[in-house]
Amino acid sequence: MVVAGVDVGSTQTKAIVLNENGEIVARGIVNTGANVVKAAERAFQTARQSARLEEWEVAYVVGTGYGRYKVTFGDTQITEISCHARGAVALFPGTRTILDIGGQDTKGIRINEKGEVVDFCMNDKCAAGTGRFLAAAADVMGISLDELGEVALGASNPLRITNVCTVFVETEIMNHLSKGKKAEDILAGVHQSIAARSVSLLRRTGLEPEITFTGGVSRNRGMVSALEEKLGGHINVNKDSQFIGALGAALFALDRAKTKHEDQPSVEELKA
Amino acid sequence: MNPSPSTNGRYIAGIDIGTRMTKCAVFARTTETFVARATILTRHNLALASEKALADACHLLGIKPADVFYVASTGYGRYQAPMRQIQITDITTHAVGARYLFPETINVVDVGAQHAKAIRIIGSGRVMKFKMNDKCASGVGSFLERVAKGLELSLDEIGQLSLRSKDPQPISSICAVLAESEVINLVTSGYPVEDILMGAHLSISDRIVAQLRQVGIEGAITLTGGITRNAGMVNALEQKIGRPLNVCPDSEYAGAIGACLLVDRRLKKLEEQKAMAN
Repeated sequence: MVVAGVDVGSTQTKAIVLNENGEIVARGIVNTGANVVKAAERAFQTARQSARLEEWEVAYVVGTGYGRYKVTFGDTQITEISCHARGAVALFPGTRTILDIGGQDTKGIRINEKGEVVDFCMNDKCAAGTGRFLAAAADVMGISLDELGEVALGASNPLRITNVCTVFVETEIMNHLSKGKKAEDILAGVHQSIAARSVSLLRRTGLEPEITFTGGVSRNRGMVSALEEKLGGHINVNKDSQFIGALGAALFALDRAKTKHEDQPSVEELKA
Repeated sequence: MNPSPSTNGRYIAGIDIGTRMTKCAVFARTTETFVARATILTRHNLALASEKALADACHLLGIKPADVFYVASTGYGRYQAPMRQIQITDITTHAVGARYLFPETINVVDVGAQHAKAIRIIGSGRVMKFKMNDKCASGVGSFLERVAKGLELSLDEIGQLSLRSKDPQPISSICAVLAESEVINLVTSGYPVEDILMGAHLSISDRIVAQLRQVGIEGAITLTGGITRNAGMVNALEQKIGRPLNVCPDSEYAGAIGACLLVDRRLKKLEEQKAMAN
C-alpha cells in the first residue's frame, strides 16, 4: 500500500508518496502558477510517475498548504500547520520550533515533546520576510533565485538594508548598485534582513531548540547561514526540508489509510 | 544672495525631488506668478535629477539656471540638490502650495510614488498635524505601479480604464507585491480588467483615507503629488471620502510651488527689515 501528501503552496506544489512503512518512495515538485487545481494534479502525477504508480494504487491522499482545497483528488485536507509539525518531527525528532518560509508567507510553529502544535504565528499580509522578498532582490540584481544564497555567502562587508517593504527594497538595491556596491554585500544584507524578521516572528511563539527550517527558502544556504548567525546556534535542514509539509500530509494519510483498512471487512470476512 | 545682473533677482525656483519624479516650478517676483514648470523622471542620481529639472524649466523660460536668483529644494531628495540655497521639508511646502492653489484648503493629501502624507492646516497656513507613510507601499503610488505591471498596462492608462468599471473587484492583499499576484489570478479567473483596476484604486484609497482621518478631516481637502494625474484615483478617493476633492493640473507641482512661495515670503521679510533699517 502507498499513500500521498500534496502540499499546494503559493509558489510551488510538492507531493510525497510513502510506502506502508512510512518511507519516502517518490517526490514531485512543480511551480504552482495560476491554475492551482492543475498544479496539484501535476505534482501528484510527477511523484507517481517516478515510482511508476497508477492513481488507483494510492490508497489515501491528504492535501495541505494554502491551496489544499484545490486538491480535487484528495481524500481529505489538513492544515499546513499540523502537517509541517508532523513532517518536521518525522525528519528531526528533537524539533520544538519550526520556521517555515515559503513564497508568500512565513510561519513560526512551536510544538511540544509529543509533537503536538502548541502555538503558531504567521505573516501572510506583507511580502517582507518571505520568499517573495528574495525573489524581488534576485529580479533586480539579475541573479537566479537558486544562486542568491551562494552569492550572499561570499560577502566580506554586508550592507544594512534599511527598508522593510519589498517594493522599496528594490529601489534601495538599485541605489546600492548604482553606487558600485558589490552584489554579494547587498545580498548578504538582504538575507540578514529576512533573518531578523524571521527571528522576531519566532520570538512571538517562543524560541525553543531544536529549530527546524522548512519551506522553499530552506534550500537557500545563505538564508540558513544568516539564520544560524542571528540565532547563535544550529538549525535543522536537509534535502527534504522543502517537502516537510507534504511529508506530514502523507504521514497523516498513512494513519487514515490504516484505519480505513481496519474498518473495512477483509476479503476473507466478505467471503464468509 | 547677489542678484544676477541679467535678471535682477526676478526668479525663484522650487525643486521637489521625489522618489519617482522631480518637479521644478519657477516663480517671477516681478509679476508674482509662476512662469515655468518642468517634470522629469528622478532615476538614481538625485543631484542630476534636480539639475536637469531646473535646466528644463529655465529652458522653457529662455534663461540659464544661473539666472535664477534663489533655489529652494524640497521632497525626499532635497539634501542632494547641489545648487540649492535652502531646503524645506515637503510637509511645509505642500501645505503652502495647496493653500496657494486652493485658498480654502484645510486638509492636504499628498500621495507620491513611495510616500503618502495627510496634513491638517490651521490659520494662515500653519501645519497643525500630519501623518506620513513611507515604510510600506500599500497606500502609495507604487501599489498602483505593481498592479499595472501585473496587468501589463502602463501607469498612465490605468486610471482612465478603472473609470469604466461597473462592478469593482476588491483586492484583498494589502502588500503591493502580493497584490500583483492577486491581480494576475483575478485576470485568469476572468474578471474584467476595469473592475480589478477600480478595486485596486478603492483599496489604496481606504489606506489613504484612514491616514487622513488620523489628522482629522476638518474642511476642504486638496490632493497633491503624482497621484493627482490619475483620474481613477481621484474618483476612488472621492467615493471613499464622500465629497469632491480639489485637484488641478498644477497639483503635482504643489511642493515646488510651495517652496518658491516660502522663499518669496522670506525675501520680502528681509527686504522689509532692510527698508526699516534705512
